Amino acid sequence: MSTLLLLVITGLGLGALYFLVASGLSLIYGLMGVLNFAHGSFLTISAFLGWEVGRRVSDGTWAGLALSALVGMLVGAVVAAATEYLLIRRLYERHIEQALVTVGLALASVALFEGIWGTDPIYTQKPEWLGETTEILGAKIPNDRFLLIACALLVLGGIVLFLQRTRYGLIIRAGVENRSMVTALGIDVRRSFTIVFAIGGAAAGLGGVLASVYYGYVSAHLGSVLLIFAFIVTVIGGLGSLTGAAIASVLVAVLQQFANYYLGGTGDLVVVIALAAVLLVRPRGLMGKAA
Amino acid sequence: MTDHAVLSLEHVGLRIGGARILHDIALEIPVGEMLGVIGPNGAGKTTLFNVVSGVVRPTEGVVRLDGQDVTREPIHRRAVAGLGRTFQTSSLFPGLTVLENVRLAAQAHAGGAASVFRTPRRTDAATRVALDALAEVGLERRADAGAAGLAHGEKRKVEIAMLIAMDPKVVLLDEPMAGVASGDVPAITEVIRGLHRGGRTVLMVEHHMEVVLGLVDRVAVMHHGELLAVDTPEAVMANPAVQSAYLGEAV
Repeated sequence: MSTLLLLVITGLGLGALYFLVASGLSLIYGLMGVLNFAHGSFLTISAFLGWEVGRRVSDGTWAGLALSALVGMLVGAVVAAATEYLLIRRLYERHIEQALVTVGLALASVALFEGIWGTDPIYTQKPEWLGETTEILGAKIPNDRFLLIACALLVLGGIVLFLQRTRYGLIIRAGVENRSMVTALGIDVRRSFTIVFAIGGAAAGLGGVLASVYYGYVSAHLGSVLLIFAFIVTVIGGLGSLTGAAIASVLVAVLQQFANYYLGGTGDLVVVIALAAVLLVRPRGLMGKAA
Repeated sequence: MTDHAVLSLEHVGLRIGGARILHDIALEIPVGEMLGVIGPNGAGKTTLFNVVSGVVRPTEGVVRLDGQDVTREPIHRRAVAGLGRTFQTSSLFPGLTVLENVRLAAQAHAGGAASVFRTPRRTDAATRVALDALAEVGLERRADAGAAGLAHGEKRKVEIAMLIAMDPKVVLLDEPMAGVASGDVPAITEVIRGLHRGGRTVLMVEHHMEVVLGLVDRVAVMHHGELLAVDTPEAVMANPAVQSAYLGEAV
């Protein structure tokens, strides 16, 4: 029972990281049809800069971590918005070129990060409490899992509120369904592209800082690893669906934990098989709109 | 170009590859006119609407809206300048509520970058406009229903409510009666008439001849991408060129 609980909560924690990356991917694809391979780079640069600022102020304290998180979100939002504005926008409606540009950006940025921060992981300090465990029904749960879950829930709630309650949220929801009709109503939908990129970048940036807490290090490859699973989550959840991304994040991460524990470390394989199964049975994903 | 033409097309042509889709279309539509566009399938009626609304750019000629050359303007600018349209297939957002659909149409005019985080409460201007528009088509009680669950006739009414909320000078209706049950035709005809009231200019592609002839001031007949005739319904029906175009292609 305690093992089960540990696996579930660890899965939820990992799922929280997946969601922070997948939420942006899904919204960006849903609205603009862009598969953003540079999303992992937004996460990595945020993790590095968040760590750089946090350690200079107060390494390993809550204040330092909070500052890292703020810096990470800001960096993620700014880098993502700049990417949209300077690169993606110039290739409007040219989906293959857009994807290629983001692939190039992802490859180049990893090399750049390795050039600046080296190829070895840099181990990070975190507040003492996050390194301890809390006992729930006999299971010793590492405390950082709770932080990850809480942050992902806050981000989910925040994005849902934004989409449901603001003018731009309405434009984005409508744009995901039928972008050309939004234009026909006299709305310049491109303005909301930058906003969606900034929101997705901020979520990924927070994900980057939290990933450095979860893994205990930052490295130039932090984003690439999470991006793969975030793509899988996005496809399983249904491209364009935020709720789908949230549900699929949890499903994928928990499944991965269980397979790793009970099936001899086959978590990644099982996730890929799950992806294939979903694509065969329900190609539009759990909550995606019909193609 | 005359002063009172709210929409004018000057020598508009469209070629895609070697194919001539539209050829030398000249049309002046005075303020407040209701114009029906008819013609056999493939005559270029929807393409003409696409050229006017900006979905497609013509390869020749000029499109003027209220005297302004809008030939190179993107869709959303033409919409802001006063051009509203529906599409042959539904123009609704099925995932939004009826009110959200109409609100979206209304808020284009309340635009502005500063209002990113403005909360759309029931009391704000765009929502009031949307509720009024829904009342005009008799759907105010369905405001919170999901658009996906509406009956077909109701969907058409919501589309027209969206146009009312946009308050355009010129409206393009692409087959407003398509897929509408015959029992709903009179009600939607009435709603279209309401859209026209108050001096709004309406262009309508429609196969339902009774509806067209009963509503419009003039009829434009298209055939093979050309404008065959533009005249009153009676004159057009008596026109031998029109008769041969229709009878020659009758299936």
